[in-house]
Amino acid sequence: MSFLLVQALSGLATAATLFLVSSGLTIVFGVTRIVNFAHGSFYMVGAYAGWSLIERFGGTAAGFWGSVAAAAIAVGCLGAAMEIGLLRRLYRSPELFQLLGTFGVVLVVQDLAAWGWGSEDLLGRRAPGLKGSIDILGQSFPLYDLVLIGLGPLVLALLWALFNRTRWGTLVRAATQDREMASALGVDPARLFTGVLFLGGALAGLGGALQVPREAVTLQMDMAIVVEAFVVVVVGGMGSLTGAFLASLLIGQLQAFGILVFPQITLVLVFLFMAVVLVLRPHGLLGRAEEAPPTAPAAVTVPLAAGRNAGWWALALLAAMAALPLAVGDYALILLTETVILALFAASLHLLIGLGGLVSFGHAAWFGLGAYGAALLVRHLGAPMPLALAGAPLLAGAGALVAGWFCVRRSGLYFAMLTLAFAQIAWSVAFQWYAVTGGDNGILGVWPSPWAAGKAAYYWLTLALCGGALWLLRRAAFAPFGYALRAGRDSGLRAESVGIDVRRFQWMAFVLAGAAAGLAGGLYAFAKGSVFPTLLAVPLSVDALVMVLMGGIQTVAGPLAGAAAFHLLESEVMSLTDWWRLALGLVIVALVLLFPRGIVGFVAGLRGRA
Amino acid sequence: MSELVVRDLHRSFGGVQAVGGVSFTLRSGDLLALIGPNGAGKSTCFNLLNGQLRPDSGSVRLDGTELVGLPPRRIWALGVGRTFQITATFASMTVVENVQMVLLSRARRLFGLWRPAAAQFREPALTLLGQVGMAAQADRPCGVLAYGDLKRVELAMALASEPAVLLMDEPTAGMAPAERLTLMALTAGLVRERNLAVLFTEHDMDVVFGHATRVLVLDRGRLIAEGSPDEIRADPRVQSVYLGGEA
Repeated sequence: MSFLLVQALSGLATAATLFLVSSGLTIVFGVTRIVNFAHGSFYMVGAYAGWSLIERFGGTAAGFWGSVAAAAIAVGCLGAAMEIGLLRRLYRSPELFQLLGTFGVVLVVQDLAAWGWGSEDLLGRRAPGLKGSIDILGQSFPLYDLVLIGLGPLVLALLWALFNRTRWGTLVRAATQDREMASALGVDPARLFTGVLFLGGALAGLGGALQVPREAVTLQMDMAIVVEAFVVVVVGGMGSLTGAFLASLLIGQLQAFGILVFPQITLVLVFLFMAVVLVLRPHGLLGRAEEAPPTAPAAVTVPLAAGRNAGWWALALLAAMAALPLAVGDYALILLTETVILALFAASLHLLIGLGGLVSFGHAAWFGLGAYGAALLVRHLGAPMPLALAGAPLLAGAGALVAGWFCVRRSGLYFAMLTLAFAQIAWSVAFQWYAVTGGDNGILGVWPSPWAAGKAAYYWLTLALCGGALWLLRRAAFAPFGYALRAGRDSGLRAESVGIDVRRFQWMAFVLAGAAAGLAGGLYAFAKGSVFPTLLAVPLSVDALVMVLMGGIQTVAGPLAGAAAFHLLESEVMSLTDWWRLALGLVIVALVLLFPRGIVGFVAGLRGRA
Repeated sequence: MSELVVRDLHRSFGGVQAVGGVSFTLRSGDLLALIGPNGAGKSTCFNLLNGQLRPDSGSVRLDGTELVGLPPRRIWALGVGRTFQITATFASMTVVENVQMVLLSRARRLFGLWRPAAAQFREPALTLLGQVGMAAQADRPCGVLAYGDLKRVELAMALASEPAVLLMDEPTAGMAPAERLTLMALTAGLVRERNLAVLFTEHDMDVVFGHATRVLVLDRGRLIAEGSPDEIRADPRVQSVYLGGEA
């Protein structure tokens, strides 16, 4: 009994931190309609800044709490700077650009934090006066956690007062409900939004600084917290503060007790909970239906057309690429093999985005599932390579069949969040299920069959399989199936009224894209000889989005060029510098700032001027 | 010979009754106009008929088959075509591809993954475009068409499914007066030729009285008059709520 009580209390302490971070995220979303990936970076910077200040001044209680407050304010300023420098230019952009732009900031901050504080985990000192623990029915419980538990409702009350008892808060609520109207009433939205980002940043920074006495400060804490905060915000209802509080409590308890029942899959529980809530209550526990749904990607009005003689060009390219092993060395061949694999990966994502208008933020799930599928078949069943390669797309396709059923029920931002959630489920299984997947250590020794072991032989095999799959994807894009997908994207209303079951086509596309990505993943596993959880993680999903974006969304050949450009750039930059993430982040931010309406919108704009 | 029987349709939105007890029958050869002042419930009525909205009560039967509760695509498959007030076409496709999509859907060939869509049903699609006067623009992208031309494409798309009943929500909205009469003359011709049953809403009284075979008058969700154009013109109730108000 007392054990359960303590477990519930520790769930409440977790919930307090979750609420601090997710309240900022939900406030920022409510006003700006942007889902800010960098919110987790605010939290991490808050923790690092808090650690430094506390190391210096945290010897006394006043010094400790002053350091926490100073860290929060510093991160708030960072948020305001991000609003002025980046977000302000993205309010009217397609949501893909908003998500990517803020993710670019995540990458930049990660490298800057590594540069400033090093990559070692940092252990902070405990809060003066709160170092001990108290006795609760014979179980000891940290005093500091009790303070945190009290802090959650306190912050909720303060925020409530801010939004309901001050003029500024009233204006923010007005802007949340109707942005146009608020600016018509003479409110300067720019200043209001900067203030909101300050508040959101400060809340995340506070959450981060308060963690210093509880756990080590690491470079991984940004993604870990932001994904959980997403879940809280989506479950609570996007933009709802009380919803975020309620969801934090629920998820805090789910984690505290889930770890007792299913220690291996606590993360899975959290994401399953979110998926179920979203299917049962599409707008979250306390969310309202949007008056205008989250913006759709900018309408593509350029007809997708096959280039003249496209088939001959493709054959010529294939022949040239098949001849390459005669001319280049092993290192170039490895690079080429990876490029061909990534081209298939990007093309499979393009099927969803370019034809279906479905922005998936978790496409790496299927790539990784394919890779793990192949590796597990080899490791646990001793399967030969051809069998493992056949299993990869089947497993990924089966996974996509299940996840897709949930995901295609929602569109726009919610679709992106759901795909992200499923990718995180897959990632956490690979990460946590140590006995089967090897956890962080991955699975080693996934080598090709002897006949394909040579670099050239494996390159030819990859070229043949990926070329074949790409050809199939291209046929599907121009076949009635691809047209029906586009019909659903262009006008769902019209599509339904001429007998097209839009969801069913989206679901099928999801499975097809998943299977193709799975094949790419399987080939990747054998090319590398090993698999790791990073193959399922968010950064790889974002890499795929960047490849699709670099190649241009409106052409079928685009993702191939994008994948090639991206991978070559990545390898070049990585060989020159350790700051790859910094460079990639800056490239992404530059991309979304230069083409705020999407590349298609940019091209259309040029045409309009000409 | 087809018959769409509408009986006692009701639909409220949060206490406001948008459609209250509408009944009428639409038969092959009818070109039935549904008129009424703004907010009379015309568009709601249309959305109830094609399944986009579900009525609170009432029934819609096509040749005896109950349509209430079916999703739009099932109602379409049973032979009820529709054009929209605000035109909705597939903007990323060419004009002829828009029509081909409907033909492919009709033939249940949409799940094809192999044969290019552009090569399938192109000839019949061009024939349909010829009937609405759009053959010359068949290969232009739909996204760049003028409004009146989009309305014609919509008509061709609706015809492509060989409907027994055609629901047209303001088919001539946004067109020039001369264009309106041409489009309605075209529609009237198709009704005779194909023995269609057409229900349409319209604001332009010249179009209504020039082409409709019968007229329904809706006011605040209720039918207040039904009859031939001449009878409606002479009806004092109609003049007071509608014609009187606008003339």
